[in-house]
Amino acid sequence: MKNKNAHVTGYNRWGYIFLIPFMVTFIVFQLIPLCSTIYNSFFEHFMNGLTEIGPNYVGIANYKAMFKGGDIWKYFGNTMIMWLMGFVPQILMSLLLASWFSNPSLRLKGKTFFQTVIYLPNLIMASAFAMLFFALFSDVGPVNSLLQNLGILKGTYQFLAHTSSARWLVALMNFIMWFGNTTILLLAGMLGIDTSLYEAAEVDGATSNQVFFKITLPILRPILIYVMITSLIGGLQMFDVPQILTNGTGQPTRTTMTLIMYLNKHLFSKNYGMGGALSVFLFVVTGILSFIIFKFNSKDD
Amino acid sequence: MENKKEKGLSVHTRRVVAYIVLVLVTIMCLFWFYVLFINATRSNSELNKGFTVIPSTHAVANFKNIIHGTQPIFTGLLNSFIIAALTALLCTYFSTLTAFAIFAYDFKLKKFIFAFILAIMMIPTQVTALGFLQLIRKIHLMDSFIPLIVPAIASPVVFFYLKQSMDSALPKELLESCRIDGAGEFRIFTQMAIPLMKPAISVQAIFSFVTSWNNYFTPALVLKSDNKKTLPILIAQLRSADFLKFDMGQVYMFIACSILPVVIVYLILSKNIVGGMTVGAVKG
Repeated sequence: MKNKNAHVTGYNRWGYIFLIPFMVTFIVFQLIPLCSTIYNSFFEHFMNGLTEIGPNYVGIANYKAMFKGGDIWKYFGNTMIMWLMGFVPQILMSLLLASWFSNPSLRLKGKTFFQTVIYLPNLIMASAFAMLFFALFSDVGPVNSLLQNLGILKGTYQFLAHTSSARWLVALMNFIMWFGNTTILLLAGMLGIDTSLYEAAEVDGATSNQVFFKITLPILRPILIYVMITSLIGGLQMFDVPQILTNGTGQPTRTTMTLIMYLNKHLFSKNYGMGGALSVFLFVVTGILSFIIFKFNSKDD
Repeated sequence: MENKKEKGLSVHTRRVVAYIVLVLVTIMCLFWFYVLFINATRSNSELNKGFTVIPSTHAVANFKNIIHGTQPIFTGLLNSFIIAALTALLCTYFSTLTAFAIFAYDFKLKKFIFAFILAIMMIPTQVTALGFLQLIRKIHLMDSFIPLIVPAIASPVVFFYLKQSMDSALPKELLESCRIDGAGEFRIFTQMAIPLMKPAISVQAIFSFVTSWNNYFTPALVLKSDNKKTLPILIAQLRSADFLKFDMGQVYMFIACSILPVVIVYLILSKNIVGGMTVGAVKG
């Protein structure tokens, strides 16, 4: 690689040629749309019935209206609450399972089977999964009938009519769909830890709890941060599950309405100004979160 | 291996606890699908009687009913399949090409472009959806499959996984010896890099197929006519239709049909998938 002659520089231009399809596609389908989304956010432009209002340049009026209206904070709160309700059990369960899978002294059998099973829900169509939960937890559905047969419930419980149970359903689905993925990521990190560290700890008479909290967790910190922030970015994009479960209404009283469901409403009603402002808000928040991952990962190298 | 009984809970106890939790977790993952497949075999009147654990005999009847029903499930399956298969093809081919460009060549902007692609990796498709829709409306691609397939050429995540696996699976000396033999760069890519990268490419092909198959947000905004709709859109329509008018056996069968293809492919290839997803996800 070191001897740079004419031949070497000659074929290196193929690097640029092979990058053309990616770059052209990216510019056309992502960069230009991103720029026009930002541009749109400074204009008043929406449909009033069949008449098109605007586009009129209004400066940052859309942003002012968005933050003042209060709806965005409500939906931001809903999104974050439902994300946390799923994420906290998810990370705890994943840490537990990954530490068991990676522990050679436990000699667990059937690891491949269990890993295959817990990863499965991650590949299931989220909208179909949400539709399934809607049917199972409906007023006349099997969960209600099962709980009544077991004597746990006296009458029908309307899962989607109560804020807490509706949010728990969304969180439960997110938990089931994502804890397998997180487990596999953490497991890869744990298997990468130098086993001599564990052996040294064992010689010093450390208990398995001490090993976990004093060795495993600190070494896993970068991966944990990566998992947390990618999950948070994914959480901000929460859409399919609550959209299908509540038929886009975010019932009860819009307490399960997420930011992307709100954006989706703007896109369907062709409110370009407000939709643009909301997109830019999401873009900025995602950008900040990605930057944090980048910072932590580069500091670690 | 020696006896270490003084260390809190014994290994044996911890193993038993681990198995109990793992079995419970397995039940939690599979219970819903078990109920789904049981209920897909039952008729509406049987379903109204409450929940049972044994399958019934109406699977074929339910399937026939959805074929003759109002929701065009066959066109939905076909549309979803066409879009997902073409997406997987374009996505993996061009992501391999992009990864090869960064992997195999030394050029001035290489570092910058690599960092750039990593930086755009986290941009959610939803935040550009507004401009994207305006664009495809302008170039008359609304209600077409093209805007759902072609953008997959630029898939930073797939690119990143493939670049990472190239670092470990594709020796640079091999490329060099091909060059000495007088092979052109494009030939080296198609006849050397692609065959050697086949395991990683097929894992990514499955992932991009599944992602596209499951995608609801963008297709719902782009596809308008009934004969072009994909499965997730049909499921959303099923949800917004008046629920009680429906034959629930059909609803369950419909969900089963959208989930089953992915489950079957996964169970056949699960070994590669579970192993493959961590490649590149963790640094090093």
